[in-house]
Amino acid sequence: MGAKHFGARVKRLEDPALLSGRGRFVDDLKLPGLLHACFVRSPHAHAMVRDIDSGAATAMPGVHTVLTANDLPEPMRRMPIPMLTPNPAIATPRTQTALAGDEVCYVGQPIAVVIADSRYLAEDAAAAVVVDYDVLAAVGDCRVGIRDGAPRAHSDLASNVIARFPLAYGDVDAAFTNAAHVFEEVLWQHRGGGMALETRAVLASHDPVADTLTVWSGTQTPHLGRGTLADLLDRNLESIRMIAPDVGGGFGPKAIFYPEEAVIPATALKLGRPVKWIEDRREHFLSATQERDQYWDMAIAVDAGGKILGVRGRMLHDSGAFVPWGVIMPYIAAVTVPGPYVVPAYHLETVVVLTNKVPTTPVRGAGRPQAVFAMERLLDRVARELSLDRAEVRRRNFIQPEQMPYAVGLLFRDGKPLIYDSGDYPKGQDEALRLAGYEGFRERQRVALEQGRLIGIGIGNYVEGTGLGPFEGVTVRVLPSGKVAVATGATNQGQGTRTTLSQIVAEQVGCRIEDIVMTIGDTGAIAQGVGAFASRQAVNAGCSAQLAGEAVRKQIIALAARTLGVNEDDIDLEDGKAVATTGNKPMVPFGELARLAQGIPGVSLPAGQAAGLEHTAYYTPPQAAYCSGTHVAEVEVDHMTGGVKVLNYTVAHDSGRVINPLIVDGQVQGGVAHGIGNALLEWMQYDDNAQPLTTTFADYLLPMATDVPTCAIAHVETVNPLNPLGVKGAGEGGTIPAPAAIIAAIEDALSPFNVHFAETPLTPERIVAALRAAGAYERLFAA
Amino acid sequence: MGKQATRITVNGKSHARVVEARLTLADFLRHELGLTGTHLGCEHGVCGACTVLVDGHTARSCLMFAVQANGSEVTTVEGLAADGELSVLQQAFMDNHGLQCGFCTPGMLITLTELLRDNAEPSEAEVREALTGNLCRCTGYAGIVKAALDAAQRLRGGTPSQPSPASGGGR
Amino acid sequence: MKPAPFDYHAPRHLKEAAELLATLPNVKILAGGQSLVPMMNFRYVIVDHLVDLGHVDDLRGIAVIDGRLRIGAMMRQRDLETSPEVARHCPLLAEALRHVGHRQTRNRGTIGGSLAHADPAAELPAVCAAYDAVLHLASIRGLRSVPFREFSLGFMTTALAPDEMIAAIELPIWRSGHGHGFHEFARRHGDFALAGAAALLDIGAGNVVRGAALAVFGVAEQPVRVDAAEAALTGKAIGSTAIQNAAAAAWLVEPISDIHAGGDYRRHLAQVLSVRALTDAARRAGVDG
Ligand code: FES
Ligand code: FES
Repeated sequence: MGAKHFGARVKRLEDPALLSGRGRFVDDLKLPGLLHACFVRSPHAHAMVRDIDSGAATAMPGVHTVLTANDLPEPMRRMPIPMLTPNPAIATPRTQTALAGDEVCYVGQPIAVVIADSRYLAEDAAAAVVVDYDVLAAVGDCRVGIRDGAPRAHSDLASNVIARFPLAYGDVDAAFTNAAHVFEEVLWQHRGGGMALETRAVLASHDPVADTLTVWSGTQTPHLGRGTLADLLDRNLESIRMIAPDVGGGFGPKAIFYPEEAVIPATALKLGRPVKWIEDRREHFLSATQERDQYWDMAIAVDAGGKILGVRGRMLHDSGAFVPWGVIMPYIAAVTVPGPYVVPAYHLETVVVLTNKVPTTPVRGAGRPQAVFAMERLLDRVARELSLDRAEVRRRNFIQPEQMPYAVGLLFRDGKPLIYDSGDYPKGQDEALRLAGYEGFRERQRVALEQGRLIGIGIGNYVEGTGLGPFEGVTVRVLPSGKVAVATGATNQGQGTRTTLSQIVAEQVGCRIEDIVMTIGDTGAIAQGVGAFASRQAVNAGCSAQLAGEAVRKQIIALAARTLGVNEDDIDLEDGKAVATTGNKPMVPFGELARLAQGIPGVSLPAGQAAGLEHTAYYTPPQAAYCSGTHVAEVEVDHMTGGVKVLNYTVAHDSGRVINPLIVDGQVQGGVAHGIGNALLEWMQYDDNAQPLTTTFADYLLPMATDVPTCAIAHVETVNPLNPLGVKGAGEGGTIPAPAAIIAAIEDALSPFNVHFAETPLTPERIVAALRAAGAYERLFAA
Repeated sequence: MGKQATRITVNGKSHARVVEARLTLADFLRHELGLTGTHLGCEHGVCGACTVLVDGHTARSCLMFAVQANGSEVTTVEGLAADGELSVLQQAFMDNHGLQCGFCTPGMLITLTELLRDNAEPSEAEVREALTGNLCRCTGYAGIVKAALDAAQRLRGGTPSQPSPASGGGR
Repeated sequence: MKPAPFDYHAPRHLKEAAELLATLPNVKILAGGQSLVPMMNFRYVIVDHLVDLGHVDDLRGIAVIDGRLRIGAMMRQRDLETSPEVARHCPLLAEALRHVGHRQTRNRGTIGGSLAHADPAAELPAVCAAYDAVLHLASIRGLRSVPFREFSLGFMTTALAPDEMIAAIELPIWRSGHGHGFHEFARRHGDFALAGAAALLDIGAGNVVRGAALAVFGVAEQPVRVDAAEAALTGKAIGSTAIQNAAAAAWLVEPISDIHAGGDYRRHLAQVLSVRALTDAARRAGVDG
């Protein structure tokens, strides 16, 4: 066998092009006759649209057309975009239409589209479209939205509560009645957007000769997008090709199908010319989905030794104006709470509320950071109240490795019982604490305090359901050139999908990694696909690559053995050649075998010989793969300004067998940066009327290089017994426990002042306000 | 309104165009010249994806009009790799996993090209400060910082540091 | 986010620029463009004419004249940051510049552009306030000199007439051996400050303060001199208690509130950062608090 690829720090195949400016993002593609689009969007959070006058705009130079909902084809004109994950708990399933009809329900909702010779001209004309609105009262806050007499987010709905579902097991009431201690926490959690650096982008072109509609979209899910577009255009699925070329980051919001992905193809069909729309950053803030606010009222019941008896509470989720992905995000949050701990009884009432803000869908972590924050804050509280070490409280409550597989008692969002397949949570925490120097921290803290510096440490543990089905596909085909073609419905927004899958295939097939020609994110290359979300590709596509590679390997060996006249057992595959290990070691290159496998026109193939060296595998995981980890954050707080600096950050994580540590470490580090943003910086603010206030990168703060330390990372591998590679997902774990660990560390740093926090993002202003309320400054200025 | 004859030398090649005054330098590079390596992440001067060198100094090409660069020399990411060979810095990015989606990468490379030209031996803190003008949503910056320090060392003639097998090293 | 159309003018001489400003309708000056162009890209600013001062040589240069440092309005922030004259004569300005945006924006951004933009949280207006800078304003009517406190009129408002431009800034050079201090609190490196303080101290024998200047910024609608603090310090021996007491006056500056920070927090920061700026200034003047 050739070079060992699986498990190696293989450098990325994606890099050379991206490093030299030869990437191909949607806006880099140019077609003859290309036109450019600009959308007219609602400036109001809630209004009726009385009239749209596009006369002046249409007459402007370079303008080709201005379209409103009525100009769109059927059924797109009226049909709401299908919901990705319907759920019977949703009382009033609301998704938006491609262009708004009579009513707009959030600032930024698209109403009309201008098509012109350039984006500059399209923007000129968009400003000249006159829309006559009847402004309605808006729901700006989900806590207000559930009150009697509150305005309605949609004028025809009787209630803003779109779903209400309890998740429970065990006897919670008994647990609380009999508990030695009960502690309550009221938490506010905010998560902003994915804020991929590349905004959304769509380019559509219709070839009238073949009647093929080709759509390039900066999406995480081209196959899902193609299906939705086919429904909205009432077109044959096979006549649409959707391609996700290079995509500049995804992080969740690019996993859904957006109105613009329907409108741009419709205009290209209508005008008979290619049309491109590149979202600008302001549009991204207004109309790309986010995750936003959750309000948690939680209580924990423990025995005298800090062992958990039960957890209960209520969570309010601000879903925005529509639910394109159903209620999966609050659902995932609700089932993630128990985490790595034995929680004998649990009850959480989740209430999902419509507001007049941009819709919410999962952002890296998908509700899990909130759940982990809730649980970890409760455990920190238990530790404080019972004067126990925070790590010790967790140790006393961990599910033990010998309890695996462990059934939590809930249904996960994949529809299957929530059963942790594998994991060693105590070991993960020990590993993280060791790497973080937790033992010696109190001494470091004391020394720092003597120098007038306040430092603190915090811990966050999590279990994450990853690798969700239904499937992903990979085709492996040996070409007559000797190269190996690989096609997959998996996509790449920076995760190194190409490299990872190439490693697996190269190892199975026995070719050089450079000889793999991969087509990724192209519905034209493989019949079925799903795409990137829920850290699912290493599991789904990885296993498919393994299975397809294995099958092609068998085909190659069989044909080579016959060709070389040796036993199959005596064939080795390496560097694109089949080599006999016996005799004078004859060999045959893959290219020749590929030609032989094509046969001769008119001549029957030998018995047992399949046509071509090719296999497509669609791996279907039996259930989610549960990865886990422990984060330890060490921070310094300037108590006079409220400024927080993350000094050290340690991660021990278990994502099963690691295909490429270089890439997995990159995912963890990038995820932690996102988590630091969630904990300290990122806050999409709206006023009471649901007008967005933070619509620039100067107002919505992403972490910079000075905000994110280089993490120390340990891999704790427990092999996933449920899939052939033994892998679990790795894309989101970095983000999930970060707010919990960081806020705990801040609290620890400020322990001389005895202040407590139950919110993210935690701003310097709030820290100072808490310190002031605790009398910190009177003591200091008096001193 | 406002067309203007403009001559800009980009990556050593002179280009004369008559352009609208409002055309940003970024759009000029991307759409007039087809040099799409320069990216637009915000168009309001914060993300740094559009960073290019104008007469040797970094500038946000979304905050300049092409007409302002009349007579100037501009270097873009396409101009960093000589004869298709990756530059030392580009190679260091590849070796240290300094990019994921690659969208921020051209701006990062240009910013660091200026830094390493002016400061042959930057500290980690100096690298991080230089990078504050460029946002990356994917990498968490660790690989970029490592790549910059690695490239600095290689440019000083030190041995190229092989990425250590152990990850991170936060303390 | 593409700007609306406009006509572009690139005068080479001050007089030509002044004439364009006086005659063109709906005209704006383009200096470094680091604040104006984002607003044009958002179409918050739509102009018919843009006059680029980038080619006007008369607006550049740096010189010491009669005990003052004279800086051309079109000097790039980065040039000033690395200028030996600035470092020697007005170290407070050099220090403040390190907090202004990022290298890429300082390469383009100019001192005149920052002063004309008059963001309340910007560093350079605060430095001018602390120094009692004099601004030279040019138009077809000629040159007039305006002290900074008369130039800065309120929230993003200055005494510039519509057809006027800043030609130069003069900073009085403090006695050699004086101390300076500059502290700001921003959410991230290079962001506009939520609040900040710029301090100058001239300290004589017996640690007695001969001259003091303290300006806070990001707190009110424009940079504000904290007269009460300066008065409390001047003529007395300096020490940490004196600094603490004097800085308390910064808390009294009437603050603004916005999405970035509330007024109470801003005035708290003003006080804390004034202590830090004054302490640095005293230390640099040879007195350890
Ligand atoms: S695109 Fe120019 S700074 Fe973001
Ligand atoms: S690599 Fe994706 S933004 Fe930096």
